[in-house]
Amino acid sequence: MSSSTEWPLWEVFVRSRRGLSHTHAGSLHAPDAEMALRNARDLYTRRSEGVSIWVVPSAQVTASSPDEKDSFFEPAGDKPYRHPTFYEIPEGVKHL
Amino acid sequence: MTAALALGDDALVLSHRLGEWAGHAPVLEEEVALANIALDLLGQARVLLSLVGDEDELAYLREERAFRNVQLVEQPNGDFAHTIARQLYFSTYQRLLYEQLAAGESAFAGLAAKAVKEVAYHQDHAEHWTLRLGDGTDESHDRMQLAVDALWRFTGELFEPVEGVEVDWQSLRSGWLESVSAVLERATLTLPTGPQAGAWTAGAGRQGIHTEPFGRMIAEMQHLHRSHPGASW
Repeated sequence: MSSSTEWPLWEVFVRSRRGLSHTHAGSLHAPDAEMALRNARDLYTRRSEGVSIWVVPSAQVTASSPDEKDSFFEPAGDKPYRHPTFYEIPEGVKHL
Repeated sequence: MTAALALGDDALVLSHRLGEWAGHAPVLEEEVALANIALDLLGQARVLLSLVGDEDELAYLREERAFRNVQLVEQPNGDFAHTIARQLYFSTYQRLLYEQLAAGESAFAGLAAKAVKEVAYHQDHAEHWTLRLGDGTDESHDRMQLAVDALWRFTGELFEPVEGVEVDWQSLRSGWLESVSAVLERATLTLPTGPQAGAWTAGAGRQGIHTEPFGRMIAEMQHLHRSHPGASW
């Protein structure tokens, strides 16, 4: 069904509750941004998954290329000192 | 409870009509949207019919003449424009009706207060589509105009007072006309000029008189339950 439409693709981001960030939920087709928001509401928040929705035209997303994976991500692989694992977490600190 | 039956049947019948789009909607996204609206209406119907009696008995075992829904909601889906025109007319009516009920003190106040939020979304959905179809391509404009014209004659019945529904029917009618006119104008469509009811439209769904397609619709709706009484998932 969707394949026969010329409607553009939109990426949907949903914030599940206040204080959290919007998270990518999926994508959908819609004729324009307003309808994309409504479709996203029906597709991705019908089980109370969210309090806020962003939609972004998929064509506007610039993605890293799989070909660049080595140069992009591998250099970070041998730098464990970048992880905050050398600290003792004080007792009573929540939400970590 | 004439009133609960009338409002409950409106919701039940429209819910079933919208459910008929499952597997047939023009795009997957819209299919889900229509199914969501159908489920909202089904929820309303269950609450309302439970006020009258056993919801399954009422939905599945009544004859055509015992249904009290307006004739607008039983009209076939037609093309997508007809479905949207039906949604525009009905959701605008239902929203104004439920707003008044929610503000009142009748037995429907609680139910209406919850349902009015759902219905506000149904109206928003219908308005957005009316604007896009009316002000879209030549073909979508023509089809949308045909649809609002074709269903116009079923709108007069919406404002026939229902016993036990304590709202100001006059202001309901004027509010409805104002809202629908504004949307149609923005959508570059023409407000139909024909009669909203007449001898050639029975307009008596509330008295149990229904149009021909309704018989086929309830035959399908009731078939499973009548063939396999008490069947459950």
